Amino acid sequence: MTSVLRFRFRKSCSNNETTFRSYETSKVIKKQYEKSKTIGRQRWWCVNSCCWFIGCMCSTWWVLLFLYNCWPVSLGGMIEPEPPGVRLKNEGLTAVHPVVLVPGMITGGLELWEGRPCSRGLFRKRLWGGSFAEAVKRPLCWFEHLALDNETGLDPPGIRVRPIPGLIGADYFVTGYFVWAVLIENLASIGYEGKNMYLATYDWRLSFQNTEIRDRSLSRLKLNIELMYATNGNKKVVVVPHSMGVNYFIHFLKWVETPPPMGGGGGPGWCAKYIKSIMNIGPAFLGIPKAVSTMFSAEGREIASIRAMDPGLLDSEILGLKTMEHIMRMSRTWDSVISLLPKGGEAVWGDLDSSPDDGHECLLERKSYFQSNSSKHRTKYGRMISFGKTASEQNSSKLHKNSPMEVMQAIKSATCGEVWTEYGEINWNNIQKLADNKAYTTETFIDLLRFVAPKTMQRGEAQFSFGIAKDLDDPKYAHYKYWSNPLETKLPDAPDMEIYSLYGVGIPTERSYVYKLSPSERCNSIPFRIDSSAKGQCLRGGIYYADGDESIPVISAGFMCAKGWRGKTRFNPSGSATYVREYQHKTPSLLQGRGLESGGHVDIMGNVALIEDVLRVAAGESALGDRIYSDILKMSDRVNIELYSQS
Amino acid sequence: MATTLRRRNKQPEDSHPDPKPDEDDDDIKDSKPIKKSGKNNKIKNYSCLDNCCWFVGCVCSVWWLLLFLYNAMPASFPQFVTEAISGPFPDPPGVKCVKEGLKAKHPVVFVPGIVTGGLELWEGHQCMDGLFRKRLWGGTFGEVYKRPSCWVQHMSLDNKTGMDPPGIRVRPVNGLVAADYFAPGYFVWAVLIANLARVGYEEKNMYMAAYDWRLSFQNTEVRDQTLSQIKSNIELMVATNGGRKAVIIPHSMGVIYFLHFMKWVEAPAPTGGGGGPDWCAKHIKAVMNIGGPFLGVPKAVAGLFSAEAKDIASVRALAPGVLDSDLFQIQTLQHVMRMSRTWDSTMSMIPKGGDAIWGGLDWSPEDGYSPSKRKHAKNDTESSTQSESEIEATHANYGRIISFGRDAAEAPSSEIERIEFRGAVKGNNVANNTCRDVWTEYHDMGFGGIKAVAEYKVYTASDIVDLLEFVAPKMMERGSAHFSYGIADNLDDPKYKHYKYWSNPLETKLPNAPDMEIYSMYGVGIPTERGYVYKLTTAAECYIPFQIDTSAKDKNEDGCLKDGVYTVDGDETVPALSAGYMCAKGWRGKTRFNPSGIKTYVREYDHNPPANILEGRGTQSGAHVDIMGNFQLIEDVIRVAAGATGEELGGDQVYTDIFEWSEKVNLKL
Repeated sequence: MTSVLRFRFRKSCSNNETTFRSYETSKVIKKQYEKSKTIGRQRWWCVNSCCWFIGCMCSTWWVLLFLYNCWPVSLGGMIEPEPPGVRLKNEGLTAVHPVVLVPGMITGGLELWEGRPCSRGLFRKRLWGGSFAEAVKRPLCWFEHLALDNETGLDPPGIRVRPIPGLIGADYFVTGYFVWAVLIENLASIGYEGKNMYLATYDWRLSFQNTEIRDRSLSRLKLNIELMYATNGNKKVVVVPHSMGVNYFIHFLKWVETPPPMGGGGGPGWCAKYIKSIMNIGPAFLGIPKAVSTMFSAEGREIASIRAMDPGLLDSEILGLKTMEHIMRMSRTWDSVISLLPKGGEAVWGDLDSSPDDGHECLLERKSYFQSNSSKHRTKYGRMISFGKTASEQNSSKLHKNSPMEVMQAIKSATCGEVWTEYGEINWNNIQKLADNKAYTTETFIDLLRFVAPKTMQRGEAQFSFGIAKDLDDPKYAHYKYWSNPLETKLPDAPDMEIYSLYGVGIPTERSYVYKLSPSERCNSIPFRIDSSAKGQCLRGGIYYADGDESIPVISAGFMCAKGWRGKTRFNPSGSATYVREYQHKTPSLLQGRGLESGGHVDIMGNVALIEDVLRVAAGESALGDRIYSDILKMSDRVNIELYSQS
Repeated sequence: MATTLRRRNKQPEDSHPDPKPDEDDDDIKDSKPIKKSGKNNKIKNYSCLDNCCWFVGCVCSVWWLLLFLYNAMPASFPQFVTEAISGPFPDPPGVKCVKEGLKAKHPVVFVPGIVTGGLELWEGHQCMDGLFRKRLWGGTFGEVYKRPSCWVQHMSLDNKTGMDPPGIRVRPVNGLVAADYFAPGYFVWAVLIANLARVGYEEKNMYMAAYDWRLSFQNTEVRDQTLSQIKSNIELMVATNGGRKAVIIPHSMGVIYFLHFMKWVEAPAPTGGGGGPDWCAKHIKAVMNIGGPFLGVPKAVAGLFSAEAKDIASVRALAPGVLDSDLFQIQTLQHVMRMSRTWDSTMSMIPKGGDAIWGGLDWSPEDGYSPSKRKHAKNDTESSTQSESEIEATHANYGRIISFGRDAAEAPSSEIERIEFRGAVKGNNVANNTCRDVWTEYHDMGFGGIKAVAEYKVYTASDIVDLLEFVAPKMMERGSAHFSYGIADNLDDPKYKHYKYWSNPLETKLPNAPDMEIYSMYGVGIPTERGYVYKLTTAAECYIPFQIDTSAKDKNEDGCLKDGVYTVDGDETVPALSAGYMCAKGWRGKTRFNPSGIKTYVREYDHNPPANILEGRGTQSGAHVDIMGNFQLIEDVIRVAAGATGEELGGDQVYTDIFEWSEKVNLKL
């Protein structure tokens, strides 16, 4: 291969001087040719010039490619700063504690093990992650295989899609877009390798308990932690979960100490024995508002802005695409989405009038992002969904006071033949009534979801819970559906265990939404959509923004470690130490790629300061202390949750 | 397509001369005479450049078009064509078994062999920048060409310890991807995995026990804790699959690796896994060894002795100069030798059991074998007289694994004059320091030593170990700490508790697990290396002093001796004797090697070369690696994994004279 390249290179080198002149003069030649052309020649000339042009492009491309490959590696290295792993190695840090990485939602790869005839030839090929080539080539087939069964939330018959095990499962999400790769490389440079680093992949579409039932993922995680503990000289492990992996690991903490059929049977001292610290990156402890809009209308900030730019694209019936409906149908079969719904209700996320993060001043911090609006109007973040901009700002007394429960008495009537998204089952008048209710808080929103997506929520609520426990000793909390909600479980009895919450701040993050009814009444359409025309203070494209890491608001990421678990509370009876470490976002320059100081939800995995923190803890340090840029402490104080048990 | 191309090719040549006069005319008409001469020159240059560009463009466009067509082609098209040409495919065994109602039952563990497992870089020197967690071994081998000396440096282990050299960490790839494909398109385990998946297997009940195959077996545990990982993964799978025991499928060197594992896991803690005396009985249903070199392979001898094998010898026969050319200063073989000699694992496959198994100067278990005989026996048509005469003509002394010169290989033992080489003075090699950085221990050996080796004339299996100790003392010192090649007189001798005996089936007892089954599955019907005819190399400054004598050939085509290599029946790498003996005789019934009477089965698969190119590597192949795509073997594996016992498979299935050969082996059982 190289010899061929070199040959080509040499060939083009000899002609190099003339290559560029040929571009200039080609026009002249063309003119002259045109003058002298006969009809027959004209046809050939066209083909020839095409070929000539392609040839030029190809040769130039090859030459550039060759030069790029010949580029000395060290030259690129001089520009880049020394990676933190190398720096810390020179400081003398070495691998001490085994490391377990727990990936989050979406970023884990999924591969096909058994499929319908349309997926022929894709055995053990990536369906999710990688290049997503199949999603483009055979979209319907792809949707069919990635969706789960509507009733059970498990595999549909005849289809087996499984997570990819090992580090390759989540090092890169798509080609070139790193997730864990940078952290892994830095860990490796202080001595980590396969035997003391484990990436706990799991099928992120399933509910947490189902990953155990179907794939034994929790058992595997337990075994690998025990194995690494034993083979690395009885050193406790450092767990690094990211995003939804955080909730997954909280579930694991409860699961592992619970006795068998439901749990892992590790006994009450398991966590204390095996876990040194949990370094939650971008944790979604209390859920994310993004899950609200995803569940409600399969939208997020990205889709809303696409719609704002080109209103027809996503809804075009001409191509018969119905993309949004397909996405909604698929994502509603994923139980894990439900795990991310905001937890803690109005106490955490605010009611109609106030919320803990009220008073966050978007204006001062980000002039460039928002239209300046001088009125000192406080954003009502507590209204998770409001219909129309006015409803989101009005005084609560002026709001239409229809309890959603009343609306829900209304009779359902199926209007469409093939039901796709459960919206097909709801009469248009009822939808109108739902919209009349104007504003929903977190709690009423969940009621709303129970109405518009009864089956999904029925499935989901068997697996997850979103409330706050009054009495944690109530025997009902032994059920696994409470395990992933930090407000309804106790931390394990492990006083030496440390819990870190590491997250980015300084990026506007979705907090609540302004909705409108969608114009069409046709079958299988989604009747609600984000009103992307709504603008105002903290409001852009129909979305109210608060501080966070682009996906998770500060209140969700920070509250538990800043307040809920700080000291000996009823959620943390053994008093495990907690630390909040925030990373201020700095927009990277173009050359830096995704940046070394980014605070973005995924990009933070390449943040130098965060990597350094993880390496230090893995190498044996503890008690890194707090590092706070946002108002998290103030916000947490405003959250009204009983932290100490009455007795 | 071709005709249009040709037409296009001609056309521009015709059209180019034409416009030139016109241009001249135009220029005159436009009355710009000053520019005229300059332009003319340019145009001449362009026509050459243009032609080049045009040609490249054509090729590219056609290529893209074909690529597009290929991508647009429905996935079932190649199969359709194949079926049209060679008749309908048989159902893949997975589909067949699903139709019979078989389902995944016992968890399955794969143990890959030497060479086929991928290795990736975790830490390296400057020259390997940017290759973090990229495959160095397996995949495309792209780095071998790009930076060969760097690659050799990273793939080598430390000379003294047999572990990582300082600053370099190369680790096995984990998971099924480690050995499903060796290089793109060259399957190893992939076909078996795909078929198991059809009956319901997936990651949770299928495990690839990937290990660093360059290390000695015990060192994989010391460095990577691989044995512990295998142990706990088997335990996990058994526990999460309702207590059903695991079916282990080792291949090639994985077979002896797993023998080592079975001893390790029951041995008490510091050197062993501490699983207790009934671990195997509790966790293993069956061990289905594929192409197992239980007693070693002669190929390993040639590899260690002169970094050669049949493949390299025949390359040398075809083009004598290429590999040895000093012209490019490549010294490929020397580099290969230096690298492979740092790999302890190659020493695990030196023939074990000595003369008792592999034959002495005048006899060997396979005596009387001739490739043609089996063919005739199969056809049952040829007249017996002819085949008998052929046997006489091709009688080979297989016991002589290395002989210097063809005469020595064929002469009766009484006529060979052997001069003892052990203890001979090696002398000093003056040329030592000029040999650049290549190090093959041969440079520590003077002319006297080389001469002594050649004058011993004939080496049998027992002599081989001494020979290697003579020519490569440092390597063998390392190796003998990890492996042993003898036969135990008394297995209860406490010295056999040492881990270096664990991988030799003749020096260990099988675990106490009467319900376990051991299968030996291997291909037969392919000529397999068994003995070598060597010669001294014509001296050059830096060289390997011994070389397979490729001129040694049998007169007739069917002979056992070809290009200096004596061949015998086997699967192209492992002779049938090595693969089959233990299961056919050594472990059959309650022997001292198998005190608990584990049932053993020999299943041979006769080699049928693929009928045409479209079949790829064939569905009935018996070759060492290609057998992993053998439908019959896959079916057997699936049946056992789905719960069948050896009896239900049909017991033994034998094509060779393995039982006869085994009888000839004189071993106290």
